[in-house]
Amino acid sequence: MTSTFLPDRRTDSDVAPTSATAASSRGRARRRLLNWLTAVGFQVPALVLFIGLVILPMLFALYAAFFRWGGFGMPSDYVGGDNFTRLFQDDVFLGDLWRCLLLIALSLAIQLPFALAMAVALNQRLRGRAVYRMLFFAPYVLSEAITGVLFSMIFAPGDGLADHVLGSIGLGGVGGEWFADPSYVMATLFLVMTWKYFGFHMMLYLAGLQSVPAELTEAALIDGAGPWQRFRNVTLPLLAPTLRISVFLSVIGAIQLFDLVWVITQGGPDHHSETMAVTMFQYGFKRYQVGYASAISVVMFGICLVFALAYQRFVLRRDLEGATTTMRGDGK
Amino acid sequence: MGDRALSRRGFLAASAAAGLGMTALSACGGGSDGGSSDGTTTIEWWNISTTEPTHTVWAGLAKKFEAQNPKVKVKIVQLENDAYKSKMTALTASGKLPDIFHTWGGGVLQQQVDAGLVEDLTDRTKPWSDGLLSVAKQPYLLDKKMYGIPFDIGMIGFWYNKALFKQAGISTPPTTWSGFLDAVGKLKAKNITPIALAGKEKWPGMYYWAYLAMRTAGIDALQKAADNKDFSDPGLIQAGQHLKDLVGLKPFQKGFLGAAYSTPTGQAATMGNGKAAMELMGQWAPVVEADSGKGLGSDLGFFPFPAVEGGKGAITEVFGGGGGHALRKGAPQAAVDFLKFFASEATDLELVKKTNTLPIVPGAEKALSDPNTKAVQAQLKAATGFQLYLDQAYAPAVGQEVNDSVAALIAGSKSPEQVTQSITKTAKEA
Repeated sequence: MTSTFLPDRRTDSDVAPTSATAASSRGRARRRLLNWLTAVGFQVPALVLFIGLVILPMLFALYAAFFRWGGFGMPSDYVGGDNFTRLFQDDVFLGDLWRCLLLIALSLAIQLPFALAMAVALNQRLRGRAVYRMLFFAPYVLSEAITGVLFSMIFAPGDGLADHVLGSIGLGGVGGEWFADPSYVMATLFLVMTWKYFGFHMMLYLAGLQSVPAELTEAALIDGAGPWQRFRNVTLPLLAPTLRISVFLSVIGAIQLFDLVWVITQGGPDHHSETMAVTMFQYGFKRYQVGYASAISVVMFGICLVFALAYQRFVLRRDLEGATTTMRGDGK
Repeated sequence: MGDRALSRRGFLAASAAAGLGMTALSACGGGSDGGSSDGTTTIEWWNISTTEPTHTVWAGLAKKFEAQNPKVKVKIVQLENDAYKSKMTALTASGKLPDIFHTWGGGVLQQQVDAGLVEDLTDRTKPWSDGLLSVAKQPYLLDKKMYGIPFDIGMIGFWYNKALFKQAGISTPPTTWSGFLDAVGKLKAKNITPIALAGKEKWPGMYYWAYLAMRTAGIDALQKAADNKDFSDPGLIQAGQHLKDLVGLKPFQKGFLGAAYSTPTGQAATMGNGKAAMELMGQWAPVVEADSGKGLGSDLGFFPFPAVEGGKGAITEVFGGGGGHALRKGAPQAAVDFLKFFASEATDLELVKKTNTLPIVPGAEKALSDPNTKAVQAQLKAATGFQLYLDQAYAPAVGQEVNDSVAALIAGSKSPEQVTQSITKTAKEA
């Protein structure tokens, strides 16, 4: 935010670097004040909204997390860190963390490589590739609630489309109970997530691939590099910044997963597909244990924050060089 | 540029999660005071009648009320059952309830009353509410004060498919638990799915445990357990054991753990399409079966939850509840007028005739024609005890834990003892 002032100040000193007369210094002060007022004028509406709707509720949630509070009136029953102690002894919440890690691992190991493969394939000269690109991107445009309703019908045990299709190609016995089976619910859910999100990552990669200069690939070709070598040593390194962003978005998305799960399974059967956000919702909106639910939201926030900062600090560092002013002491 | 966009996205994403609870609360509170310059009053009416024919009938009644009261506009807001409960939690926390809102009475209404958000209707409705059936008013009487006006009263029982029972050679519905388990066995032997259950939504499963608890531990044990915050009564553990015996027979439809109640692949549709022989559900079951499935017509029958041999409860004790409306504190007089209109004999006759509710005005009993509804009504009138739905009677956290633990029992991950331990633990924490 302060960067708004920097160019002006620099221009000021460039224009009148040695001027020391009282009049011009008064003028400069006035101009600086005007600039300052303009900046404030533009920022106040956004700041008020941001503070009122984001910062204050967050601080309040942090405050409420230290109380046993049913959501009525102001919190008054201070319990210290009890909510957090209870949280980390709660099998459901520990399960949430485990499932979160599982989803992240699956996304990174399967979903993103799949999206990358599709992107590379669709970056070739291919008849009708615009149609394919659109088709694969379409699921991302659907709302999560619609996706959820759609897939709970497709995977309805026995009557659903999935079982019919499997049956018609002679694999009738393969279809199980999908979302209704505690052992398969996460796998089915991940299938839906991949269907919904791989198109988005594919688009990111396609955009990244467009910016890989053709000369480099050509040069590698002339040097005798095979297709795999060209991909591994030319395309992939140049795509790395896009990959890093895509991994970041994917991880944050997995930590906060809610809509799909809520619509399809409500976290069931027997908590086997529950995520942190679902648990938070259950406690906050079904059980009226808002203090405890706040503790969950604080932990979620903490995880996101730590991850986001660490990722930027250690992984995105090179991508951000020059764009950020503080991370490496003025970029040196 | 990359930096700013990225960190803001990460920040917003993260804070959206953290702020979800609180911002949702503050965003949902938009109520209206209803008055406007031309002297008309708008009253907001929140209900859960999203299925047909109730949806249309209620809209028609609102129009009729507006015609009788030209200065009043009724704004209807309808939400599906579960969504309504969540939304009301948010509204209650924000301190602003709709003018007229659906309530089941019991612990949840008590909590809203304790928060000072509900209008005391004792005096304002006295002239006409005295004439309503007293059993129907029970759930809304808190500390001898009236906080809601019923429009329906009912009970949970088994709805069964007569054709499928006949096919399995079951001549009369079972009246004992062992007879019931036998019937399940006979149905299974004929390859008929005995029971439809919405495992995803948890509350339909809770009905089994609650009824079994009433039959084994007795109706007082449930209230006593909640008062003492101790659910370790051997009768309650026994109830879980009986339910476990039933689950052991694998009586439910394929994929029941993921099934919802009123969706096209849910419990009611499974029953309504003749794909299961029974469901344990309330008086509204025939309407929902016909709405989300085909409906069974004259093949549908009703029998009360069987007695358990050696248990303290009787088969005449019923588990159920009704539907009612409460008013927010300070609601306009027009809202009280609407309640009076809605509980009038003329309205009740229409509700009973068209939407399958049970009469709450004695004069409306003559409108009962459906033999099943009559059977429910007869059972209710002869009831020797009444227990309100546990997730409404108990404080929300305890009610939800009952649903949750019983769901775990049905899924096979909790023992009967663990169910009572979990509920006790939650009751002590809340």
